[in-house]
Amino acid sequence: MKFLKKILIILIIAVKKLICRKKKRADMREIMTIYYMEAKTARVTDKKVAWITSGGPVEPLIAMGVIPVYPENHGAMIGASKMGRALCEKAEEMGYSSDLCSYARSDISCAVDGGGPIGGLPRPDMLICCNNICGTVLKWYEIQARHFNVPLFILDTPFCHTAYMREMHVYVRRQLEEYIRFLEDVCRKKFNRDTMADVGRKSIQAQRLWQQVLDTAANRPAPLTAFDAFFHLALIVTLRGTQTAVDYYASLLRQMNERVTRGIGAVPNERYRLLWDNLPIWYRLRWLSKKFAAHDACLVADTYTSAWCGAMKYMNENDFLESMAEGYTRIYLNVGVDEMARTVIAMIDKYDVDGVVMHSNRSCKPYSLGQYDIQRIVMEERNIPCLIIEADMVDERNFSESQVATRIDAFMEMIKQD
Amino acid sequence: MLMENAEDILEQFCRAASDPVEYGRSIKRKDREIIGFLCTYAPEEIIAAAGFHPFRLFGAHGDISGADQHLQSYSCSLVRGVLEDALAGRCDFLDGIIFPHTCDSIQRLSDIWRLNIPTAFFADVVLPVKLVSGSAEKYLYDVLKRFVKELESWSGRDITDEMITASCEKYNAIRRRMRDLYARHAENPACLSAADLSAVMTASMVMDRADVLAGLTDLVDKLDKTVPSGMSSRRRVFLVGSVCDQPEFYHLIADAGADVVGDDLCSGSRYCDGDIVTNGDPLTAIASRLVSRVNCPAKHYSLTARGDRIVEAVKRSRADGVVFIHLKFCDPHAFDYPYIKGMLDDIHIPSMVLEIEAQLPSEGALRTRFETFVHMLR
Repeated sequence: MKFLKKILIILIIAVKKLICRKKKRADMREIMTIYYMEAKTARVTDKKVAWITSGGPVEPLIAMGVIPVYPENHGAMIGASKMGRALCEKAEEMGYSSDLCSYARSDISCAVDGGGPIGGLPRPDMLICCNNICGTVLKWYEIQARHFNVPLFILDTPFCHTAYMREMHVYVRRQLEEYIRFLEDVCRKKFNRDTMADVGRKSIQAQRLWQQVLDTAANRPAPLTAFDAFFHLALIVTLRGTQTAVDYYASLLRQMNERVTRGIGAVPNERYRLLWDNLPIWYRLRWLSKKFAAHDACLVADTYTSAWCGAMKYMNENDFLESMAEGYTRIYLNVGVDEMARTVIAMIDKYDVDGVVMHSNRSCKPYSLGQYDIQRIVMEERNIPCLIIEADMVDERNFSESQVATRIDAFMEMIKQD
Repeated sequence: MLMENAEDILEQFCRAASDPVEYGRSIKRKDREIIGFLCTYAPEEIIAAAGFHPFRLFGAHGDISGADQHLQSYSCSLVRGVLEDALAGRCDFLDGIIFPHTCDSIQRLSDIWRLNIPTAFFADVVLPVKLVSGSAEKYLYDVLKRFVKELESWSGRDITDEMITASCEKYNAIRRRMRDLYARHAENPACLSAADLSAVMTASMVMDRADVLAGLTDLVDKLDKTVPSGMSSRRRVFLVGSVCDQPEFYHLIADAGADVVGDDLCSGSRYCDGDIVTNGDPLTAIASRLVSRVNCPAKHYSLTARGDRIVEAVKRSRADGVVFIHLKFCDPHAFDYPYIKGMLDDIHIPSMVLEIEAQLPSEGALRTRFETFVHMLR
């Protein structure tokens, strides 16, 4: 019976994939549906599932045939479907402070009680936590490792305040070997370095395409906005290292280039160009997008979605395993405030923006603390206005629509006067 | 009760604890070079070996104004308080500051300090977060080695292994005396008030370490050694948290009828856990203590290391209840709370959680909460 079920599921997924591939334009929703279907039926199809942090090295998992699942992507879905508040409250009843990260709170609550837009994530066989994005993921994954009683691998990427030191490289490189041994133990099979090299090349290929997609917004009018990027981001996070991601972004790039050639802008009357900083406010994306569009303003770029290709300069596609230590350690959030400010300024120049909108996100301290200094540096060096919006990525209780609306209006007035 | 003269020793500690800024300036006037730090993972032994005075920063408990220009309201009072002090010139006695990697907030404070507070010597000593693996200990050793080199090149002085070992011996002696003091206090809480014990601990992290060692030795020696016989009507509580240095907090618990008989605080017993082996390579020995001492929740040791150790310490101190004292917005402690509370529930130890900011909640509210809790322990 189980064998039949297995065959049936594999067949259904194969057919869905085939149909998806035959389409002229790859459809994100369909790809994600297939992806979650595969993850959710992993037990039947004898595949292993690993939960992994958004900045974690997923390539070795892909090379091992393990299905990576992202609690943070799940958190974003929870936020976008406006289910964050209830799930966060449930975590608070369990004793978690309301000041803790809302991704963590909603995920912890889903793991215990189910719920959420996709009825919870498939049970993990292992957890992979890389602290290059924050210290929160360490605590969050400890909690889930205790809850599910599964092995946890921590990739400890030292924080690069001012430099990437030699000893850091040695440490992370060694841990990558420990990571491989961990995977061999849990999966009970040998790690294939040739497969890994191939996955690594595809990962870089997808990152390069993603960067090119984001770069198209340097055109006037911009063919896509940061709000579009928040949507298209899902695959560079979850399926980096697969052909699916490469194909998707290649197709997306063609679409964007076509829009550029035909002069089609994402915002009908683009007059002002803005840069977004920090995670999206998932439950108010449409509202924010309309709000800015009403001022003829387009959020042409953001520091968040570009973080998944920002460390490409440290990676070598022909020696992925060797270079990934540096690539994963020097990502946008794992560096000093001054280096982040330099990145923001480079983006201001590249996308030719008139102002910066910073989301001061209660859930994310490494991203948010230091924003005031970045704001000061940007104003000193580029003399453009910076707006700070106080909110939270998932927990709607920390968002005041009227207050944010007033501040955006005042900010846009300032930009229009310049 | 304290014997004669112990009062004078205590007085020294309490004075430094209540006004660390004045204490810092007083040693600066003696031409000492001072290096500040916030976290107990700072390799103080190396700072002292290099001839510098290590000085822990706890942050002011007053109003925040300057720090609001750099930090959002959702950063903890420790981080905001320390930055406020620095911006207001209350850290003017520091020649240097080091940041061992602690948590997300202190990590960003390091950047903000570096960009805004001119300090002659500045170092990020980026310790590993994961303390269990051969590679982590090796990395920790390399980080300490680099730190020694940085101190040498800034000070122009050589730091030999012998100097570090001698410093480690001094710190071992200090930490042993601290543990003696804790043990004595747990046996007979009446011999020293919990507020005074806390003041001794925090003062020991800012005062001249030779004075600290002499003072602690004297104090341990002169404390009343009688072990109370018979049952006490007072309850025994154990504290869990990060920094808790407000005397009023301890007074209110005492007034409610409970004695603090132990803690898992970084301003308390976590500071003095573990000895450094002194018959080998000193940096290896320091690294080895750092990875094996009671861990802060921002560091990973194992999935239940903290919970196991707290349960064990609570049992050992024969505590009737546990007070979790959390700095508001301190993520690592807040994440650990539900599971550790669960472990305490399993052994039928009641607990309460108190979230504090720079200023304690109103005295009346706090008094009521402690009284209710202590009453429940009867």
